[in-house]
Amino acid sequence: MATNVYMEALSPTMEEGRVVKWHKRDGDPVKTGDTLAEVETDKAVMDLVARADGVLRQVAAAEGQTVAVGSVVAVIAAPGEAVGAAPASAAPATSSGGGRRETGGVATAAAPSAPAPATVAQQARVKASPLAKRIAKDAGVDLKLVTGSGPGGRVVKRDLERTPVPAPATALPVADGSPPASRLPSPERPGVAYQDVPLTQIRKTIAKRLATSLGPIPHFFLTTEVDMERASEARDALNKQLGDQGKVSFNDIIIKATAHALTKHRACNAWFQEDHIRYWNEVHIGMAVAVEDGLITPVVRNADLKSLAGIGAEAKELAERARNRRLQPSEYTGATFSVSNLGMFDIDQFTAVINPPEAGIIAVGSIVQKPVVVEGQLTARRRMRITMSCDHRVIDGATGAAFLKTLKLMLENPLAMLL
Amino acid sequence: MATLTYRDALNQALREEMQRDPNVFLMGEEVGVYQGAYKVSRGLLEEFGPMRIVDTPIAELGFAGIGVGAAMGGLRPVIEFMTWNFAVLALDQIVNSASKILYESGGQIPIPIVFRGPNGAALQLGAQHSQAWDSWLSHIPGLKVVAPATPADAKGLLKSAIRDNNPVIVLEGEMLYNLKGEVPEGEHVVPIGRADIKRPGRDVTFVCHSKTVAVALKAAEQLAEHEGASAEVLDLRSLRPLDEEAILGSVARTNRAVVIEEGWPHAGIGAQVVDVIQREAFDQLDAPVLRVTQADVPMPYNKQLERLAKPSPDRIVAAARRVLYLD
Amino acid sequence: MATATAQTTNTPAQRELERRMLRQMLSIRRFEEKAAEAYALGKIGGFCHLYIGQEAVAVGSLAALRDDDYVISSYREHGQALARGVPANAIMAELFGKATGCSKGKGGSMHLFDVGRRFMGGHGIVGGHIPLAAGLGFAIRYKDGDQLCICYFGEAAVNIGAFHETLNMASVYKLPVIFVCENNRYGMGTAFERVAAVTDVVEHACSYDMAAELVNGMDVLAVYDATRRAAERARKGGRPTLLEVRTYRFMGHSMSDPLHGVYRTKEEVEEQRKRDPISQLAGKLKEEGALDEVGLDALDAEARAEAEEAVRFADQSPDPDAAELTTHVLAD
Repeated sequence: MATNVYMEALSPTMEEGRVVKWHKRDGDPVKTGDTLAEVETDKAVMDLVARADGVLRQVAAAEGQTVAVGSVVAVIAAPGEAVGAAPASAAPATSSGGGRRETGGVATAAAPSAPAPATVAQQARVKASPLAKRIAKDAGVDLKLVTGSGPGGRVVKRDLERTPVPAPATALPVADGSPPASRLPSPERPGVAYQDVPLTQIRKTIAKRLATSLGPIPHFFLTTEVDMERASEARDALNKQLGDQGKVSFNDIIIKATAHALTKHRACNAWFQEDHIRYWNEVHIGMAVAVEDGLITPVVRNADLKSLAGIGAEAKELAERARNRRLQPSEYTGATFSVSNLGMFDIDQFTAVINPPEAGIIAVGSIVQKPVVVEGQLTARRRMRITMSCDHRVIDGATGAAFLKTLKLMLENPLAMLL
Repeated sequence: MATLTYRDALNQALREEMQRDPNVFLMGEEVGVYQGAYKVSRGLLEEFGPMRIVDTPIAELGFAGIGVGAAMGGLRPVIEFMTWNFAVLALDQIVNSASKILYESGGQIPIPIVFRGPNGAALQLGAQHSQAWDSWLSHIPGLKVVAPATPADAKGLLKSAIRDNNPVIVLEGEMLYNLKGEVPEGEHVVPIGRADIKRPGRDVTFVCHSKTVAVALKAAEQLAEHEGASAEVLDLRSLRPLDEEAILGSVARTNRAVVIEEGWPHAGIGAQVVDVIQREAFDQLDAPVLRVTQADVPMPYNKQLERLAKPSPDRIVAAARRVLYLD
Repeated sequence: MATATAQTTNTPAQRELERRMLRQMLSIRRFEEKAAEAYALGKIGGFCHLYIGQEAVAVGSLAALRDDDYVISSYREHGQALARGVPANAIMAELFGKATGCSKGKGGSMHLFDVGRRFMGGHGIVGGHIPLAAGLGFAIRYKDGDQLCICYFGEAAVNIGAFHETLNMASVYKLPVIFVCENNRYGMGTAFERVAAVTDVVEHACSYDMAAELVNGMDVLAVYDATRRAAERARKGGRPTLLEVRTYRFMGHSMSDPLHGVYRTKEEVEEQRKRDPISQLAGKLKEEGALDEVGLDALDAEARAEAEEAVRFADQSPDPDAAELTTHVLAD
């Protein structure tokens, strides 16, 4: 009995995926867990994995083709099983790569025995309920790529909802939110991960009033200038000691210091959640990484518990995989606070935008030699500006300032992190 | 709150309005000495006398016309038809006189009259005694048409109808007269032209009125129990004018509608509701709007056949399942 | 049943009354003639039912009534409206469909209304207004008034159900209504004898235990006297009366109907014209020395001028505003 291979939701927000490369061809034997293809999602390139044993047949999406989540892209048949009429459409997009009837250079043998997808492709008019059309238009989804579950293939509201609809025969596997085994051994914190505290009256009032000003999240910004002399010295010394075993960067120090400071200022280590605030006991730092056509924020989990070296190695590896678009969803979600560093671009200071549902982010500028008055004497010091963006529904001025002060102290005197 | 039957709620409304305004009088067959064919006017002759509770011969056209003439002369008649089936005889006076005199005279002569009586089927009364005139009467500009489903609405709407300066049709129901329900104490007036959500819901709207409200409520219960879907039951209460805002508001929430009526399907009042929905809420609809009506046949006498002909909870649930794509 | 004829007294008051009646009949005659002309010119649309020949009925009966009595009629009601005092200008403007019409241009020839003069229409369904008349009578009784309601209809309406239902209830409830049957012998194109088992309309009254009189409708004073008797009966005892008033229309049923040739002969029409109520009254007045040719011409000239002024007024009046399409469907 043939099993459908669906374009799966490989990220929580994915609505369509582009087939980058097929690892298996029509007629290849496959086993559960084999990678069938690489698919580019809205965030990264992910593996589409076989969920049955058998022979791959009726590949319906060509390399380069974008199909909607929930579309059938192939079938895994039992060896020797004759597959007759193709399963309900993998409606190909007319715009990208593949063109209408062709299935690329792949599986030409499959084409004659798969009339249905072609028929669907040739349909000039998509049957969809007015509501579905409106939802699709608002979300920028091409209706031709959506399989309709209504009578006559009518696309209806539920077909456009995030979770792909289970087809009658087989249950569609839902994108699994839990993280795969993490790449690096990670210290675990005992006890409860977080507490939810309902909004008090004063918080409600602040939330309500401020939400009407600066867009959905009421940002405010605090800037402090940190003396990085001691941190620089410490870093140099450390790197000399480590030698070949790795390098610690300023960013690693900043991440570690930030995490540490957050443990002392839990009020800044929080998520805004409509009618309550989640104060995290765990500290997961998102570090902004520039990638080719955008920005992604891989997460250093439990950064407060990790060693500086550990953070350094992890950050480097995450950044590299981020640039190659090979991050797993669990690796770029779940931060409790974020750090964005444009120092390497010679930016003196900047304001970063908070990643919701987090309540804060710090923007780090470059370290520059500056004339500074220290104990009455003019001297040259290495200085760095940090600007903290705070969600005013969660963090007030004094709260943010207190955190920033602690962070500054730690950076100015790294040994303070050991306190 | 008092618990009253629908019949007694109407009785209270008549009594209160006649006490309030000496120009209000009731005219119809058996309304006086007999105490009302369905006892709606029980006790009124004793209280108000024969000039205000007027027994008539069997002459619907004649006494409907006398009512219109009396309204032209400054009174506020309530004309009772023993059933709306017999009012077909009086349609000339309702349609050609009552609804048009204000317009024809260029606004000079308003006709503040109420025509009321039981409408639609009861049990095994046969074809001529089981007809629902919702659609015919709602068709006419110059009339207002209301159809209360509960005792509270019956009292409130009859009072509004009597106070209205226009000809108002009140469609009651023999099967409703014994229905018990809570009626607010004191002055209780329900405005004409406003629907009422009898049961809030999320997944599908049942638009209904009069006897079909109870049927729709049962269907909603069944739907919740067996499918886990929640139906919103919207009681129109008023057929002309229709509360378009309420209809559209409900469909905006549920994206689906089933329109229920006890009349025949062809050009029934439900077709007007469907037009409103498709025209104004097109983009909200996830499915076509379906209707549940009486079968397109004269009402048969046999009990089982009659039950088949009428809207039932099962038929409503079946329509709901189709618009929910549960089939 | 004996035909009632006029009892006349030759007093100044009487002569004044007669002169007024003549003037009124002339008004109606000249107005209707102008209306026919306007209709032929396309200024009046739809139906136009002329009262020519029947003037004595409206004039004679309404002269016997009070201002606070109600008047209601069928679609052949121009005569009653004029005799009731509704201004000729307002009527002609209504026929032309203008905003200055007595029904604001929304009623037309068949729906003339003037509530201030208690002229309650102008109704298009044969016999449809007869129950309304009883309803007005009911309202009068309800309020213990001594007004009455006079109701005009043709003999063909006597066959419709509403007539019987109403006369029965008018008797049962003792309503102050005068039912005036203007028997002009033809229901549109059908002679009454062909469709009525009983051709003396007064005979119907006994079915309802109602008082009735047969009246010569070409004699305005006979109509006047019969109406006075009926009015007294209504005011004193609240009892209704059926008056069968025999008259004749010189024109067709409506402007779309031929004068003669289809259902009545030219000779018949010409024979009836000799009984023209206007000529009869004018003749009588001349005999009594109450009016001479000059005087008659003067009255006629006034009537003609009034009719012409009505046409001029109607011509120059504006059409109703487009917004009037949707007003007065419902009262506030």
